[in-house]
Amino acid sequence: MGQLGAVTPQRMSFAQPLPLRSGAQIRDYELVYETYGQLNAARSNAVLVCHALNASHHVAGVYAGEDKSEGWWDNLVGPGKPLDTDKFFVIGINNLGSCFGSTGPMHSNPDTGRVYGADFPVVTVQDWVDAQARVLDQLGITQLAAVLGGSLGGMQALDWALRYPARLRHCIAIATAPCLSAQNIAFNEVARRAIITDPDFHGGHFYQHGVVPKRGLRVARMIGHITYLSDDVMEQKFGRQMRAAELGYSTQDIEFQIESYLRYQGDKFSDYFDANTYLLITRALDYFDPAREQGGDLSRTFASARCKFLLASFTTDWRFSPARSREIVKALLDNKLDVSYAEIDAPHGHDAFLLEDPRYHGVLRAYFQRIAGEVVA
Amino acid sequence: MSAQAVMETIAALVPEGARVLDLGCGTGELLAYLKQHRGCSGYGVELDDANLLACVQRGVNAIQLNLEEGLSIFEDQSFDVVLQLETLQHLRNTELMLRETARVGRIGIVSFPNFAHWPNRLQVLLGRMPVTRVLPYEWYDTPNIRVGTYADFEVLARKNRLNILDSFGIQEGRVVRNMPNLLASMAVFKFDRG
Repeated sequence: MGQLGAVTPQRMSFAQPLPLRSGAQIRDYELVYETYGQLNAARSNAVLVCHALNASHHVAGVYAGEDKSEGWWDNLVGPGKPLDTDKFFVIGINNLGSCFGSTGPMHSNPDTGRVYGADFPVVTVQDWVDAQARVLDQLGITQLAAVLGGSLGGMQALDWALRYPARLRHCIAIATAPCLSAQNIAFNEVARRAIITDPDFHGGHFYQHGVVPKRGLRVARMIGHITYLSDDVMEQKFGRQMRAAELGYSTQDIEFQIESYLRYQGDKFSDYFDANTYLLITRALDYFDPAREQGGDLSRTFASARCKFLLASFTTDWRFSPARSREIVKALLDNKLDVSYAEIDAPHGHDAFLLEDPRYHGVLRAYFQRIAGEVVA
Repeated sequence: MSAQAVMETIAALVPEGARVLDLGCGTGELLAYLKQHRGCSGYGVELDDANLLACVQRGVNAIQLNLEEGLSIFEDQSFDVVLQLETLQHLRNTELMLRETARVGRIGIVSFPNFAHWPNRLQVLLGRMPVTRVLPYEWYDTPNIRVGTYADFEVLARKNRLNILDSFGIQEGRVVRNMPNLLASMAVFKFDRG
């Protein structure tokens, strides 16, 4: 299995305004993207990989001269890997509103000349997919071999299947859900309140105050992190391990290893992630509910889909449990669509979709081999 | 080879172009055969990881589900044929699964090892649980948690008001219609809800 080696992000500018679901529009925006592998002459081997909550266009490969700069799905995407870049042309696009280079809250609003901050319009999964479609238009790709995504990325993949049925042949949605549950929205709300009530937030216009609501971001990340892991994995990794041999009888110091771990994750996150972006992305998650326009009927919603589907979930994922994936599978079955569904008995919780479980990667490898066969034929 | 002959015999019971649900589809061999030779479409249901992978490799639609948890994901009469081949004997909820098969499919086809095949009877007569090619396991170590006979199934089907459309035994890959309860190691039933 080879390595992709050094990759370079690219940029695309769009003068034509993008109408958003909210009724607002965004103009003069830029999207950052990366590609891996070669587009074939028939332009039929392109695979779009949609990123999840805190990820970016940097799906695979490394940045020259940067340590630990592997893309977030580097174990899956590359030469000889399950999504084989010797066969496929893989595209990762940084979503609008992100803090990794595409136009977002940290950029300047062409209407006012000031930094967007909290004024950046609310973006939805549908808006992201529309923006991705424009990137593909410019790349000259009319139909994708597949759209692949996990978690929030899986929602984008599903939206592709629903709203651009002719533009993809396969939809691969991993560890995802047809919409968030009340519990999911509740976790998002706690994370948002942590950010918004941070005194350094300044109503989202903290950039001009030269501060960052780091405390809020830390707590938001800690909450999120708890939901990404399973109880078992947390128990196995940390259990009740203490930092010191004796109890400290302090309510404010770190005593348990899990506290130390969560604080570390929170600190790291608050150093690089933008607070307004976090609010926007969690809202996009809350809003995603394609069945809403069909009175909540998911089966009717998928009547518009034409592509083939692969879904996978993980038994210990309690954020997007297998039952949520089965709701999607049922809607696909009701519409007599081609679907395969793997329910992987992995211990890692929601995070499993980023890890290299041999059963999970085996299914993806087999499925992409099948797609590769169709591409040649 | 008799496994191939058994598959072809079962496949012949499935109408051309049928939408098929294969419960416990294994590696998806039969579904692939039905797709290729009889223009069928549909899905397999399989719990085992390795079998599921084999299905994906074959290009057969496979859904990973535990049959013990029921078939609520499938709508009433949403398939022309529901197959349950060599699966029923592994399930705790045998009767429920039979009813579910009849609910989801217009036609159900089941096969299972016939415990009343004469060599089995002989071994029981000699005081031991049978160990044969079709029932290769010791009594204390068998995945076949339900052992029934050809004749037993007729009783169960009647109890559940299933209408048997066809039934026969299979022995060494050949169809046995004469005294199948005695002369066949495998029982096959095709039924509908009547």
